[in-house]
Amino acid sequence: MKDKKRKKGRRIIIREDYCIGCRICEVYCITQHSQSKDIIKAYKFEEGLPESGIFFEQQGTVSFAIQCRHCEDAPCLYGCPTGALYRDKKTGRVLFDGRKCVGCWMCIMMCPYGVIKADIKNSKVASKCDLCIDGEFPACVEHCPNEAIILVDDRGVKIEKE
Amino acid sequence: MAKGKNYSQFLVGRDDGRCVKCQACVRVCSNEVHSYDGKTDSIRSDSSKCVGCHFCEEICPTEAISIERNKSQLRKNANWTQDAVYNIVRQAKSGGMLLTGMGSDKNFKNYFDRIVLNASQVTNPSMDPLREPMELKTFIGSKPERVAVDRPGKLMKQLEIATPIMFSAMSFGSISLNACKSLAKAAADFGTFWNTGEGGLHRDLERYSSNAIVQVASGRFGVNSEYLEKAAAVEIKIGQGAKPGIGGHLPGEKVSAEISRTRMIPEGTDAISPAPHHDIYSIEDLKQLVFALKEATLYKKPVGVKISAVNNVAPIASGIVRAGADFVVIDGIRGGTGAAPLVTRDNVGIPIELAVAVVDERLRQEGIRHKASVIAAGGFRSSADVIKAVALGADAVYIGTAALVSLGCHLCQKCYTGKCNWGIATQDEALTKRLNPETGARQAYNLLRAWSMEIKELLGGMGINAIESLRGNRDNLRGIDLDENELKILGIKHAGQ
Repeated sequence: MKDKKRKKGRRIIIREDYCIGCRICEVYCITQHSQSKDIIKAYKFEEGLPESGIFFEQQGTVSFAIQCRHCEDAPCLYGCPTGALYRDKKTGRVLFDGRKCVGCWMCIMMCPYGVIKADIKNSKVASKCDLCIDGEFPACVEHCPNEAIILVDDRGVKIEKE
Repeated sequence: MAKGKNYSQFLVGRDDGRCVKCQACVRVCSNEVHSYDGKTDSIRSDSSKCVGCHFCEEICPTEAISIERNKSQLRKNANWTQDAVYNIVRQAKSGGMLLTGMGSDKNFKNYFDRIVLNASQVTNPSMDPLREPMELKTFIGSKPERVAVDRPGKLMKQLEIATPIMFSAMSFGSISLNACKSLAKAAADFGTFWNTGEGGLHRDLERYSSNAIVQVASGRFGVNSEYLEKAAAVEIKIGQGAKPGIGGHLPGEKVSAEISRTRMIPEGTDAISPAPHHDIYSIEDLKQLVFALKEATLYKKPVGVKISAVNNVAPIASGIVRAGADFVVIDGIRGGTGAAPLVTRDNVGIPIELAVAVVDERLRQEGIRHKASVIAAGGFRSSADVIKAVALGADAVYIGTAALVSLGCHLCQKCYTGKCNWGIATQDEALTKRLNPETGARQAYNLLRAWSMEIKELLGGMGINAIESLRGNRDNLRGIDLDENELKILGIKHAGQ
């Protein structure tokens, strides 16, 4: 039970000092949300790859990749007219139900971090980070080559993949 | 032909069946080998720019990239090797000296590889380091002539190290601040020492200063009373194994605001360390500097001298000890560098194995071995090299290249270009970020831990439970494939004896 408690407060910390701008996080985010979850199969053979839930920003030598902060008081939740965006009560994550989305993009307007994207090429619904709800460990954290993206628990202690 | 093509040493292979065109390689290569062409949706690689650092290979998520040696070879010639020919081609174009980085890659006879260690069988018991305590603790510094229970005497200040391995002098400037931080933290965590080199003590590194040996070199960069006060020990650098007889030159473009502040020189100016110390032309002059530094540190800190291993290293070391040095560092021909003329690196100096053996022998003969610790440096690749050096007479060793390899270095020898993809030998902000000091410190610490465990295992096998008992204990070494003279110099017997 102790583990579940810790899971609740888990947060992803972005450290721009160590981001090397390789954008591998995007590659693994897309792979994780693809059908096969296999990087080569997904990129080479799958139609309609999902959008990356992680957003890479760069100016000069400063770069970082940021994903949904799962805000405590999330503006996107107020903006969503259909309830497609909702808070998962168990984990506290802000999640997204594509079947309810009508593509009004209010969430995109309201997100203060700019981390929701319109998935134009696929189903015209919003796309955002779900903290790798299917996987045990967020893919971007696992694969960041320089530990610029780390996962911490509610006490701020770094969580390693088991 | 006036315009020749650039000779590529490497071929960048790309498996198109695996490449997903994520362009990570395009983004990370500081040598701009890879480029993406949007029109044809393809990634191209210009092998002629590749330095063989393998960073793209490491970053590629699908293992699509492989860096291979160029298959195109000149006609085989034992005398005119490919390197010899292409070095001339490069010089005919540039008219300049050839520069290089890291330690010599020349195939010098490696004595460590021709020395084997002893183990206990029947007549004396071996030990299991997992069951019995093993002591790797080493003290660096001058020891008293004799110690007696009724006359304890005064023990000079010693550096206590948890393992006979320390990090070599690598300045902030020659390597990035993140690399310095990694090594400093690893040394502090493990209970050993790191060395500032001639780069001053950056304010972020001050918290590790109780584990820092600070260097006073010919340029005197960054030296002030605070610098000496904060350090654990002071090292006067006379020479470096990779470039004996040569000073240093940090080009102005690397002298950033931080380096300028730390070295106390104007931003953007070349930091030139002269070849000699202009105030040291004899052992007597050296003695003056040694004691000037001892006075400055109130005789509370060991003061050592670092020289490169050259002809007559034994009498030179003897002179250094007589000049009052508490430790002597000897850097062999395979020692690394951030930049040195190729011709110097590959041709000047002697191997560290021989130097340590003759220095230890000479100091013992003269009865002054206790007056100074001997630290060996230059090309230590494994814990076996370390333990063999200790058995040949060294108190401890300095590791530089091995430490950098633990941080990521793949020995491409392009440190002098300032484009290190691993974020080590560079001051480019975009590149220095690539070395996360947390991971760097963890890896360097792991290296110390792993080597220390291996040393304990080897010691246990010999039936020795303290590294102190192995120092200069050459009876535990045997030589293979060495002639009589070499065995005599090393002071060891042949494996068959």
